[in-house]
Amino acid sequence: MASTFSIVIGPDALSRILTRMAHEIAERNHDPSEVVLVGIQRGGVGAADRLGGLLSQIWGVTVPTGTVDVGMHRDDLDQNGAREMHPTAIPVDINSKIVVLIDDVLFSGRTVRAAMDSLADLGRPKCIQLAVLIDRGQRELPIHPDFVGKTMKTAPDERVRVSLKEDGGDDTVGLEKA
Amino acid sequence: MSWTRKHLLDIQSLSAAEIETVLDTARSFKAVGERAIKKVPALRGKTVVNLFIEPSTRTRISFELAAHRLSADVINFSAEASSLRKGETLKDTSRTLEALNADIIIVRHSATGAPHFLSRFLAASVINAGDGAHEHPTQALLDVFTIRECKGKIAGLNVTILGDILYSRVARSGIWALTKLGARVTLCGPSTLVPKVFEKLGCRVVHDVEEAVREADIINLLRIQHERQRRTMFPSIGEYTSLFGLNKARMAKTRPDVLIMHPGPINRGVEIDSSLADGPQSVILNQVTNGLAVRMAVLFLVNGGSEASLAQ
Repeated sequence: MASTFSIVIGPDALSRILTRMAHEIAERNHDPSEVVLVGIQRGGVGAADRLGGLLSQIWGVTVPTGTVDVGMHRDDLDQNGAREMHPTAIPVDINSKIVVLIDDVLFSGRTVRAAMDSLADLGRPKCIQLAVLIDRGQRELPIHPDFVGKTMKTAPDERVRVSLKEDGGDDTVGLEKA
Repeated sequence: MSWTRKHLLDIQSLSAAEIETVLDTARSFKAVGERAIKKVPALRGKTVVNLFIEPSTRTRISFELAAHRLSADVINFSAEASSLRKGETLKDTSRTLEALNADIIIVRHSATGAPHFLSRFLAASVINAGDGAHEHPTQALLDVFTIRECKGKIAGLNVTILGDILYSRVARSGIWALTKLGARVTLCGPSTLVPKVFEKLGCRVVHDVEEAVREADIINLLRIQHERQRRTMFPSIGEYTSLFGLNKARMAKTRPDVLIMHPGPINRGVEIDSSLADGPQSVILNQVTNGLAVRMAVLFLVNGGSEASLAQ
């Protein structure tokens, strides 16, 4: 069966979405010095870089931006085997900070669960907020995002592909149907 | 991701890409060891058995701590205190351990091929922690990890392995790993312990120590293994030290940025001058730290490389 692929969000719309999300994060959090952005490897890293840049413009201060890899904390290591590891690197101490966890697509919620456990190994943030570009539903855990770029209704066998310039892409979101 | 193996039995059968996967994974685990909380849940609920039929302290402790840091349960099983003394075969011992639902069995044995033998009938993953004079894969992996960390690369480096090559599984695993990653390997020691036949593995064999270390980027010293020598291979320890020991006079004729490695335990004053072992060019303790990260990576990878997971 041939798969079909269609662009759902183009570069202009995606730019507006990201700008709005940055403003929402700034609106919710009054003290920029408390905020740390953490992108989940790998899809969330480009989005975190973009939002970090936008928030730095809004606030006029550089917002620390880091990455977290969830490979050691996944709950499916037995089913899916070991995956390639990417750096967990957060430039500041996250204790008592507001960590905005960022991913490109929110699906089952299992990656976010693993990312929160991974953050707990690094310290005790004041709170963790969740920002996702696309919420495609189909949650398997009680996890709810604080900031959403766009909600999409999808079927389990579909794939959402976010392509950001930070990762060498073209700033689009596409939907692939099997 | 180039790792699909359920066992780690030797370096000889690994590809360069597989070795690099272990090194990259180990880098992430090294970062875990530098945190306040040094433990991750990756092997939670798994049982790891240290089956050490030959005495070992450093390797066993390193594997044990690695397994603990991955949240696995660990059983230590040594030859001295085991039913092997009562005449049980290795096969029966390992099957008994497996009947206790062990997931990963780490084997050290004086017989070449013992881990390979176990891997043929055990459902558990098998990791070779040293088999006879054959291989010691995690030692080679931690050595190349340390070299890559210090020098930024492996390919093109001159690595001299100095000492008892003939009886050394560390040397054999090291030769495989280094040559696969593109290093130029020189072997040096008494001709009885470093026969020319090793040239067939793609190494240079030299019996003059000054020539062997002159252009070296890395000098990896091996211990003279009294316990493995079936007959006298050189006249005396004193003669070995005077002809092949690494001392200040010999170091003065090496590259200024040469690094000294040693798998331990060190015989101070035999293969290396005490001050050199503690000097700024020695990365001997870095090797110990890196060994932990590499063994965490290997445990993590073989656990993920189980046949059940590959079937999906």
